[in-house]
Order: sequence, then structure tokens, then C-alpha cells
Amino acid sequence: MVQVKYSPSKFIVSKLKSICPRKGTEYFALIGFIIILSIILMAIFAPFIAPYNPIKKVGGILEEPNGRFILGTDGLGRDIFSRIIFGARTAISVTFLAVIISLSFGVLLGLLSGYIGGKFDSIFSLVMDAIYSFPGLILAIVLAAMLGPGILNTAIAIAVIYTPTYFRMVRGLVLSLKESLFVEAARAIGAKDRTIVFKYIFPNVISSVPIVLSLNAADAVLTLAALSFLGLGLPAPTPDWGFDLKAGHAYLASKIWWPSTFPGLMIVILTLGFSLLGEGINEILTPELRR
Amino acid sequence: MASLKVYIVRRVLLAIPMIFILLSIVFLIMRVAGDPVSAILGGHAPQEQIEQIKQQLGLNKPIIFQFFGYIGQLLRGNLGRSLIWGQRPVVNEIWDHFPATLELSISSFLISIIIGIFTGTVAATHRNRFLDHTFRLYGIITYGLFIPWIGIMLQLLFGVYLGLLPIGGRIGTLMEPKSITGLYVLDSLLTLNFDSLVSAIKHLILPSVTLGVYLSGIYTRLTRTHLMETLEKDFIKAARARGLSERAVIYKHGLKNAFIPILTMMGLQFALLLVGAVLTEITFSWPGMGTLLFERITYRDFTTVQGIIVFFALIVVTVNLLVDIIYAYIDPRIRY
Repeated sequence: MVQVKYSPSKFIVSKLKSICPRKGTEYFALIGFIIILSIILMAIFAPFIAPYNPIKKVGGILEEPNGRFILGTDGLGRDIFSRIIFGARTAISVTFLAVIISLSFGVLLGLLSGYIGGKFDSIFSLVMDAIYSFPGLILAIVLAAMLGPGILNTAIAIAVIYTPTYFRMVRGLVLSLKESLFVEAARAIGAKDRTIVFKYIFPNVISSVPIVLSLNAADAVLTLAALSFLGLGLPAPTPDWGFDLKAGHAYLASKIWWPSTFPGLMIVILTLGFSLLGEGINEILTPELRR
Repeated sequence: MASLKVYIVRRVLLAIPMIFILLSIVFLIMRVAGDPVSAILGGHAPQEQIEQIKQQLGLNKPIIFQFFGYIGQLLRGNLGRSLIWGQRPVVNEIWDHFPATLELSISSFLISIIIGIFTGTVAATHRNRFLDHTFRLYGIITYGLFIPWIGIMLQLLFGVYLGLLPIGGRIGTLMEPKSITGLYVLDSLLTLNFDSLVSAIKHLILPSVTLGVYLSGIYTRLTRTHLMETLEKDFIKAARARGLSERAVIYKHGLKNAFIPILTMMGLQFALLLVGAVLTEITFSWPGMGTLLFERITYRDFTTVQGIIVFFALIVVTVNLLVDIIYAYIDPRIRY
């Protein structure tokens, strides 16, 4: 008889193995998740990580990366490393807000439009399609310029161009779910429209949101960066990667590379985090697409 | 072909409400969210100056009249006049800047297609092997690249450190070729002006590579997915069974058939190309529509901004329409 000995270390290893990614694409999701988590932590604990005040002159102007300022200083003598750390706050909060706003409006309008149908649906679909087909950033530029700088305003400008993405997805799903058997059954037992929409259809719709959300967040980071690169983001001294990249661009011709390289790199890393996560979730949730 | 004609007419008619809606959104935003007058004059302008600007913009009329007034002018092809710098007609401003954008877009588009189809084909034929994973990652990374950053890095490397290529502008000073099409490369060729040609190409390389690489990832992914799908079809097996070389199978039979969905996607990605062009132009001081839009927004030149939006909307709608028609034309299975 084989004696089965309980071994805690083996147990832990097997548990760890079961949550470990096995395929390349699952690694994508994990890496993306780690990137996003570390940037969120960076944003939350910014005052503890950053060695200097990000909006005060703390050193010489345009000092090269050195022992005191590991990423150098910018044109106003501010520590680039500290500005990058605090810049995470701007990036995360605006992206978060923009995604929440577009998600809530997009999902709600999509549910209603798909369920109610008729004229209401045609009008909303037409408006959403018009926004969707238009080059997003250009609309966001106009919106941001009109609304003026600020976290909420910038988030709104970004949210407007991404609302149609959720709207179209949810509406499409609702149209097919509306005809399904369980909805018909609910209607047959006399459920109210409100109950059908929010208790029966909504839970089935919401499960496809994470993929779109993650890819959408990647786009939102880029759009925010573009807006602040154009000076349409947050007001001036706020640490903001896009704005710092633009400010650093001016010194390029004199071979001063550090004020533009690092903030831009952060934008790319955060976007990459979201797209890797989205890509990974997509493949995990829809295995039929796995080729 | 009669059904195709009907389809085209219907698509054109459908495009009209689209443009109308976009226009109303922009119009409303400009009138409701922004205050053009104080934006132009600053907060403390004298009353008569405010009145004058309002008169000029037609802002003293009710908004609905303003809107239909604008639409009426628009239908006659009149986009109004710029609010600054000699108040040139907006149409002229647009035509001055559009060729630059067109030139940049065409070259970036070609670059992205070449890179994308090549990498996608390699990935599809090396399924689940190292090259496949590499190019899939390439597809994800390029899509997440921030255009101004990648542009700045290229400027640093090739412009500042290696000194090989100019980091901004469209052509050397006083080297513009005689304008025929407005596309400098083409114009230099047509007028056999080789100094201009070299200068124009040199200026074009960095911006179009920046934009081209950014867009190429999408085509890598598309080509990969669709080619893989196609290569599993029976006619590919048949082609192989006939003893065709692997090359002929992949390029002649596989890629050709995988091309249709890629083509549709090109139309859908056109908006992305325009967005990318705007950012690329601003990074490289490329005097196109993006630079114009950005400059006029900074100066609060509302009529020009409005005109640019209308123009962009028209282009997007036209291109999508064209792609649909080409799509229907090359694939005889599609009937509307």
C-alpha cells in the first residue's frame, strides 16, 4: 500500500502551479496585470516613493541623470523621477474617470436603446455611429479645448469618444438576448421591463465588458497623453507625462534627451500594460479564438 | 451591377445624416461649452469689441438660426472665413495644408502595409513558434506606442545623434518644387527637380516611419489571423496536392484570399491613420491638417476648427464608402 504523506510544501507548490499561467497568452495577462498594479501602487504611494517635491525647483536646470537625480532634472530644475512618480496619479485618475464615465453611459444607453428599439434606438445608434466613425482624438482635441483644462474636463473629453464602443457592444448583445428563450419566459410570467433589462439582460451583457474595458483603457491612456502633449490636459505645474514629454521635446536639438525620454516611456509602459491585459483576458475568456 | 448602384446611392444617402450629426455635435460644443468671444478677446474686452466679434460670428442670433445658417452656407461649399491673420477663406486654409497630410498618410500607409503583411505572413506560417510569438508581441507593442514619443526617439537617434535626417519640416528652405499636386515628392518628380526630391524624401522618412510602425501592428495581427484561417481551407490543401510550391500556395492562394478582410479593415483603420497623422505632424512640425487644427485651436479660430472637422468627417465617410464599393467589386460573392 502506498502511504500518502501530506506535505505542506507540495500542496503550496501545486496550488501555485494551478494559478500560474501555462500559455504564452496567459503570461501576457499576468505581465499586464503586474504593470498596471505597480503603476497604481506608484500613484497611491507617490509621496513616499518620490525623493523630491515634483513641482518645486530642487536642483540645477537640465542636470543629466546622476546620483542625486537618478533621471536628471527638467528645464525648471525639477526632479524628473519625482515628476514621473506623481504623473502616475494624473494618468491613473483621468483614465479611471474616463473609463467609468464612458462605461456607465455606454452600457446604460446601449441597454435602453437595444431593448426599447424603434425611433429611440435609431436616433441613438446614428449618433453613436457618427461619433464612432470619426477620428476620436480630433473630436477629443476640440472638446478638451472647449471645456478647458482639469481632471474632470479632460476625462469627459476622453469619455465622449469611447462611449460608442460600449454602446455598440451592449446594444448588439441586447438585440440577440431580447429574442432568447429565458427573456421570453420572464416576459411570459409577467416580469416588468425594468426587471427584464436589469435582472435578466444586464448580467449577461456585463460579462463581455472586461476585455473591451481593458483595451479601451489603453486607448484612453494614449488619448490623455496626446491631449496633454498638446497642452490641453491638466493645468501647468501638475506632473503629467504627456505634458512633460512636450516640454522635454524643446531641448532635443541640444542633445538633452532625458526630459523627454522618461515621461514618454511611462506612457508606453502603462498602455502596454492595459493592452497586454486585454489581449490576455480576451484569449482566456474566448478560447475559440485561440489559434 | 444594378444592385451595386442602388447600394452606392443608399450608402451616400446614409452618409448625410452622419455628417449632419457630427456637425451638430461640434457646433453645439463650440456654442454651449466654449465661449468663443472671451476666448478670442480674453476676459476684459471692451463691450463694442465683443459686439463686433459676435456680429462677425453671427453669435447674436438664436443658436438654431446660427446652425441652419451655417448648414446653408456649407451646402453651397462655403466654410466661412478664418477669424485671424487676414481672415482667409477656411477652404483655402484647408487646401493649403491638406496635401502635406495626404503625402504623409500615403507613405505611412504603404510602410504599415508592407511591414504588417510581411510580419503577419511570417507569423502565420510559423504558427506557435518563436517567430509567431515575437510578431504577435510586436502587434501588441506597436499598437500601444505613443506616436510623439516614438517620433522623438527617432529624432534623437537619426536626427540629433547620427545627424542623418532632418527632425522637422517638410522640405529644405526655398526648395519647394513648383506646385502641381501639392505632394512634394510627386511634384519634384514631375518637374525633374532632383534636389527637391532628395530633400522631400529625407524629410518624409522619419514621420512616415513613425506613423507606419504604429499602424503596422494592426495589419500584422489581421494578416496573421486571416491567413491562418485561409491556410486551413480545402482549396489550399488542393493546391498543395497539385504539387505547387509552398511559396505559391502561401502568396498566390493564401494571401490573396486573406486579403479581403484585411482590405475592409484598412477602411475602418482610416480614422486611426488620421489621428496618427495629427500627432505625427505636431511632433515633426509637418505643415498639415493636424498642425493647422492644433494651431487654430490654440488661437481660438473657431470657423477654421469647424471647417476642419467638417472636412475630416467628409474624408472619413468618403473613404469608408470607397472601401465598401471596392470590397463589393473585388469579391463577387458580396451582393447588397
